[in-house]
Amino acid sequence: MTTRAESATQGVASLTVEHVDKAFGATVALADISFSIGSGEVHALLGENGAGKSTLLSIIAGLFLPDRGVLRLGGEPFAPRSARAAREAGIAIVPQEPMLATDLTVRENVTLGREPTRFGLVDRDEARRITSTALTTLGVTIDPDNAVASLSPAERQIVTIARALSQGSARLLILDEPTSSLSAADAERVLEAVRKLASSGKTIIYVSHHLAEVKSIATRFTVMRAGRVVASGNVASVSVGEMADLILGRSLEAAAKALRSPGEVLLSLDSVAGKRLPHAASLTLRRGEILGVAGLVGAGRTELCRAIFGLDTIRSGAVKIGTNDADSGRPPWQRLKSGVGLLSEDRKGEGLLTAMSVADNMTLSNLGGVSQWGLVSKLAQDKVALRLFAELGIRASGPRALASSLSGGNQQKVAIARLLFQDVDVFLLDEPTRGVDPGSRESIYRLFEALAERGKAILWVSSQPAELIRVCDRVAVMVRGRLGEMRDVSELDESRLLAAASGSATPC
Amino acid sequence: MHGIRERVAGSFAEVRAWLKRPWVGPLLALIVVYAIFAALRPDTFLSALTLKVMLRQTVVVGLCAVGMTLVIALAGIDLSVGSIVALVAVVVAHQLKAGRGVITAVALGVLVGLACGFLNGALTAALRITPFIVTLSTMSILRGLAKGLAKEQPINAQPQGLETMMTMTSSGPNPFPPAVWLTATVALIGSIALGSTRFGRHLIATGSNEAASRLAGISVTRVTLLTYTQLGLLAGLAGVMQFSHLTVGDPTDSPGLELSVIAAVVIGGGSLSGGQGSVMGSMFGAMLMTVIATGATYIGIANWVQQILTGFIIVTACALERFRRP
Repeated sequence: MTTRAESATQGVASLTVEHVDKAFGATVALADISFSIGSGEVHALLGENGAGKSTLLSIIAGLFLPDRGVLRLGGEPFAPRSARAAREAGIAIVPQEPMLATDLTVRENVTLGREPTRFGLVDRDEARRITSTALTTLGVTIDPDNAVASLSPAERQIVTIARALSQGSARLLILDEPTSSLSAADAERVLEAVRKLASSGKTIIYVSHHLAEVKSIATRFTVMRAGRVVASGNVASVSVGEMADLILGRSLEAAAKALRSPGEVLLSLDSVAGKRLPHAASLTLRRGEILGVAGLVGAGRTELCRAIFGLDTIRSGAVKIGTNDADSGRPPWQRLKSGVGLLSEDRKGEGLLTAMSVADNMTLSNLGGVSQWGLVSKLAQDKVALRLFAELGIRASGPRALASSLSGGNQQKVAIARLLFQDVDVFLLDEPTRGVDPGSRESIYRLFEALAERGKAILWVSSQPAELIRVCDRVAVMVRGRLGEMRDVSELDESRLLAAASGSATPC
Repeated sequence: MHGIRERVAGSFAEVRAWLKRPWVGPLLALIVVYAIFAALRPDTFLSALTLKVMLRQTVVVGLCAVGMTLVIALAGIDLSVGSIVALVAVVVAHQLKAGRGVITAVALGVLVGLACGFLNGALTAALRITPFIVTLSTMSILRGLAKGLAKEQPINAQPQGLETMMTMTSSGPNPFPPAVWLTATVALIGSIALGSTRFGRHLIATGSNEAASRLAGISVTRVTLLTYTQLGLLAGLAGVMQFSHLTVGDPTDSPGLELSVIAAVVIGGGSLSGGQGSVMGSMFGAMLMTVIATGATYIGIANWVQQILTGFIIVTACALERFRRP
């Protein structure tokens, strides 16, 4: 690790950023940013949501021009005026959320805009070859002729990376949280591919909130906070804890788990089976309890949540809410009425209405609560939004800001705020900290712990064993649609959970 | 003293926010086009009578456009409104001719419109067929029904006072025909329903992102049904007004009406991809098209040129809208 870091720092700087400023209106997004990235190094760009990472990356990728300062690529001044100009200069960006044409095939997506042609027609065999090569580099087997619509979120992210990989002239690859939607096993495969890529001489800017991942992959790092560079250095010389302290500007205190006393049963599942997944899932969730569901992406955890919430049809088995018998197969709006809410893993696709305001998003499920004489009051909506801003520490320009303008962590808090305003008793959380920065992550943990203490019941789905052990009372593992037994967290550790999730061992 | 500058800056911001409202663009377009024709033919175009005639002319398209604004904001479309209008006009004429009273005939007509809208909504929501296909089918089915009921002949019937809905009163405190007041009232209700009721907010949300709305606990089925049904109801009302105006139930009447209605909504700031729309904007859009048609006739532009002109104005209006609110 050390030798590689040294050789990278000694190489010619591939990208330097010198005194870059950027403001949007009165908001200063970047203030005097300077740092450099050597060629062939994996440079981790760290910072909380809203620290200015995205703005900086957008400038490098040609989406914005800086107000002041210069970029140099391979020593030459570099000021891309469009995404296309940046691409032509050899910069490829992998967006955080997969942006794919879902009706097209994997092959068509990977080669989109750069289709190989033969006699003026698209050369499918060549396109297939390009796609397979890129996918093989990532260590995955996806049929290039599959429609993207049939892929899981994890596979979509991999295809998005493959698309950037297949850009032959790319010298600098920007990976913006490429593993935030992947399970530990998939993430490891991507990391392996990134290492290979770096050893082939490509420069990589790597944005991630997983500091352990950063530690294992990056050679150097730069930390941003509130639009400024606060630290830069060799990854080998700092610990994960020190990186976290630099990012947050404070020390993360380890919160002790409070003792919770479970009350009456709020949700019980009796051999619930969905159309495809899950197969026969049973569990009992009590008031004041946080239950975890571990497992890999694609194991059927999302489908379990959707079946409970009534978004997917239930083939057999029974869902019981409270003491209500024969309550299976109700639509979502009735579920919400009976106090069950779902936090989706797909924030952009269905968790939020990104084209509507934050206030609308927060109150949408419960407009009756902000209406008078049948008319929705904007004033009441704004009041509710401001109260929830304060309660959850949401950073937005105001209640009428579009949901799409918020950073990932703040968007997730808006989605949570809607469930709070709806005042649900049972929270179904599907990857609640996906794409959320460490600071917000900790505040989300604390929020739900407090809710559990106030008698709410929480079902917590996560790909991260450490998270489940941190917040849950008991955890069950889901493997290929089968939900295992709930075990007390005191009997579990991360490696056991990970092994059980991949189906190689039972958790005990 | 320094307060003045701030107050001026504040009111500028207010004006800018006001200009961003979706109906401002179509209103400005309406004023400009009206001013052009008024400058060319000040004698006729500025007269109160012309104004009244034009408002009356807008009633049928306007009523449908209120409903269509909601349908398009839902990311839907309804191609069958022209057929519904014709069918309802025939039903009313048929009933009156058969000797039924005005109230029965009108009630039945409106009910038929409502049922047609419900049918469109039910097919869209239950069969999950795209509304374009559903309403393309019902456009044909309802037109056929109208022709069958009328035995392929226009039905002449005594309007029995119904004609007063669309009749001008030359003087008095009430300068407009009752149908114009009816349309204005419907537009006001539609505007409030879309902007400030739970139904309206749910509709916008569903049109903006159906999956997210379902997750937020909105009954997409119910919203879809209600939205198409209200358009059916308003098309029914428009059919009654059409009969009141012509005093004939003509099954081949109002061909292409649906396109005028859709154009009015699109000019008014509606987006065919849903999530947007303004009833007031649609009203200005409908009036803009009437003004163009009337004005062009007054200055003697041939019908074919008028059609080309209308097409250009629709595309220009939408392009400007894009530019103004990217």
